[in-house]
Amino acid sequence: MNPDASTIAAGAPIEVDLSPIAEGQDIKVFWRGKPIYISHRTKKQIDEARAVNVASLPDPQSDEARVKSGHEQWLVVIGICTHLGCIPIAHEGNYDGFFCPCHGSQYDSSGRIRQGPAPANLPVPPYQFVSDTKIQIG
Amino acid sequence: MSGPSDYQPSNPALQWIERRLPIFGLIHSSFVAYPTPRNLNYWWTFGAILSFMLGMQILTGVILAMHYTPNADLAFKSVELIVRDVNYGWLLRNMHAVGASMFFVAVYVHMFRGLYYGSYKEPREVLWILGVIIYLLMMATGFMGYVLPWGQMSFWGATVITNLFSAIPYVGESIVTLLWGGYSVGNPTLNRFFSLHYLLPFVIAGVVVLHVWALHVAGQNNPDGVEPKTEKDTVPFTPHATIKDMFGVACFMLLYAWFIFYMPNYLGDADNYIPANPGVTPPHIVPEWYYLPFYAILRSIPNKLAGVIAMFGAIIILCFLPWLDAAKTRSSKYRPLAKQFFWIFVAVCILLGYLGAQPPEGIYVVAGRVLTVCYFAYFLIVLPLLSRIETPRPVPNSISEAILAKGSKAVASVAVALVAAGALFLGSLQDARASEGSDTPPGNKWSFAGPFGKFDRGALQRGLKVYKEVCASCHGLSYVAFRNLAEPGGPSYSVAQAAAFASEYKVKDGPNDAGDMFERPGRPADYFPSPFPNEQAARAANGGAAPPDLSLITKARSYKRGFPWFIFDFFTQYQEQGPDYVAAVLQGFEEKVPEGVTIPEGSYFNRYFPGHAIKMPKPLSDGQVTYDDGSPTTVAQYSKDVTTFLMWTAEPHMEARKRLGFQVFVFLIIFAGLMYFTKKKVWADSH
Repeated sequence: MNPDASTIAAGAPIEVDLSPIAEGQDIKVFWRGKPIYISHRTKKQIDEARAVNVASLPDPQSDEARVKSGHEQWLVVIGICTHLGCIPIAHEGNYDGFFCPCHGSQYDSSGRIRQGPAPANLPVPPYQFVSDTKIQIG
Repeated sequence: MSGPSDYQPSNPALQWIERRLPIFGLIHSSFVAYPTPRNLNYWWTFGAILSFMLGMQILTGVILAMHYTPNADLAFKSVELIVRDVNYGWLLRNMHAVGASMFFVAVYVHMFRGLYYGSYKEPREVLWILGVIIYLLMMATGFMGYVLPWGQMSFWGATVITNLFSAIPYVGESIVTLLWGGYSVGNPTLNRFFSLHYLLPFVIAGVVVLHVWALHVAGQNNPDGVEPKTEKDTVPFTPHATIKDMFGVACFMLLYAWFIFYMPNYLGDADNYIPANPGVTPPHIVPEWYYLPFYAILRSIPNKLAGVIAMFGAIIILCFLPWLDAAKTRSSKYRPLAKQFFWIFVAVCILLGYLGAQPPEGIYVVAGRVLTVCYFAYFLIVLPLLSRIETPRPVPNSISEAILAKGSKAVASVAVALVAAGALFLGSLQDARASEGSDTPPGNKWSFAGPFGKFDRGALQRGLKVYKEVCASCHGLSYVAFRNLAEPGGPSYSVAQAAAFASEYKVKDGPNDAGDMFERPGRPADYFPSPFPNEQAARAANGGAAPPDLSLITKARSYKRGFPWFIFDFFTQYQEQGPDYVAAVLQGFEEKVPEGVTIPEGSYFNRYFPGHAIKMPKPLSDGQVTYDDGSPTTVAQYSKDVTTFLMWTAEPHMEARKRLGFQVFVFLIIFAGLMYFTKKKVWADSH
């Protein structure tokens, strides 16, 4: 009952062009049926994410560990709430990040859980920069 | 099923079979000669009611499966086609969907009855555990069945429930992948759920056979909890229990028919009339009402894994009930303290159900935690403790003695309390559909409301005109075909008129012999063409908000009714939240934005739209559409007409539903009456 070959093949890596995404905007792409948020973060959002005391977080992880160095403005996360799988809404909630409408979990501008029942940060999918304006997810 | 039978059929052909396969003896000893305690009350008819419901679900389900398509792209449409085009498809679908709820109503009564009368105690432990297994199977089946229509709640319910398993350490993620057959809920998930949903009812039927077998070995418990000692304590199953069960089933069918014919969507969720969209989560994900108490337990615990364990624990704990409650007296009738705690426990379950439908915030979370503790305390503290400290009242020596001593007790008041509590519980779902930051739409007088409601033909025809001249430029009507316009219960056009109407449209067809797509005039069998080729185009042309298809809009929209309205709604058959909302939104546009409300660029203020900011500009203005029949050409009249028309598009067979409902009710009432008097006659010498 595991995924069949065609499902696995359809889950192959995809490339996303980042150039049309303006600062402060984000897009949602689907990879393996999961929504992936790609956020072009503002300076303010980056500073907020880095100013937090990492040890105080429910799922401690630094912002540096969640983005690619040299591309700090880009946050790429799987937009599935780690509580029960709903899709959080971007640019909502108290932390300039994501808000899950189902059970009220709030994530910050680095996709880290800050408040609510979710146990973990929004996962970062495997991805790499192919060029400065293009990433490959998967 | 209780040992070899000495039954001998009189017919020689049957004797021939009986010597080779003693099936008639089996039936005779199990369902005819089987001795059943004389003092059983009507709570005991729920066993028969449950068998009836299982048969009903399998029968309707098998027929529905002949028409259903388990594919993520087609499932939603195929369900709509069942309702619209299959002969009596609307009836089958309502019977099946409402039947699931009724099945759970009956099983909860059956379980509480077992709890109250101590039916799980020695020697009926295995019987009880088999019952818990059936209940678990029912929950799995019900959940997977709810996924099949592939609406928004189906999809997101499936996502939330399957994600529960990801809480299991180490293997959780692999289990979830196995359930999904992919990387998220999708087409493979739908396929396997369909397969399992078809399989599990037969597994249930198998376990039911074991359940009945165990019952007939141990014998039925009874309200006094003393085992039958002499023949005077029992009556033969047929005719006594059969006729009583038939009366019980007939009464239950009245409730069942009330939902099927008059409020088929009362127990469902409006969001499930929106096709599944993996990119948008509905604001409130609520499971079907029968899972709500467990959902409340899940959410009241802040840790994910602990929450899942508590939820499953709340069911599994039932298996240990025979050993947690060690009291020798079976029936709570003779246990003054256990009786009180039982009713407190019932109240706890109902309140948990209510909380399960509320948003998880503030007081609801605290109350949920308190009640979760109460739930477990009943099993882990109260029952073990009571069996040690409680002094039960003396139990009668035999069933016949109990019957002689019997005075009429407060059964009626209990029944009333149960009905009221049940209504609260069933209706609590309605409460979850909050539409924040908007006014409640005003009620309207609809011609189609109530048990004898009919569509106003003039309104339907005018509404079609409004749709065609105004709405159709942005909104599709993709489930409605031109032929529907000439069908009974609709706008009453003739077949020729419908054909002429169709021919005014250009419909894309092909490919032709040259391999090209071409346009041709519409035919009656064609569906209303949509204004945009796909959702993305619709979105791009309308400032980012795709205009929804209107075929089902009056069923896909609702608003919060709140306590206590949803209880009255059950009795008044108020079902018009959707039309009220649609009519209100059409009239709710205001030029002047009230202070304190900010409306984003490109949106418009609407008093009744959730959040007030709607992307659709004011669609109707006075005098915009000309009417030939002299009706006022005002926005109010347009809104009313087009809403009536859209109610018809959402449920073209509504008139047939209500008409058949009346006939069924007349029949059922007569049938139940006949059963009641037959039962009285049969039991005349036994009481």
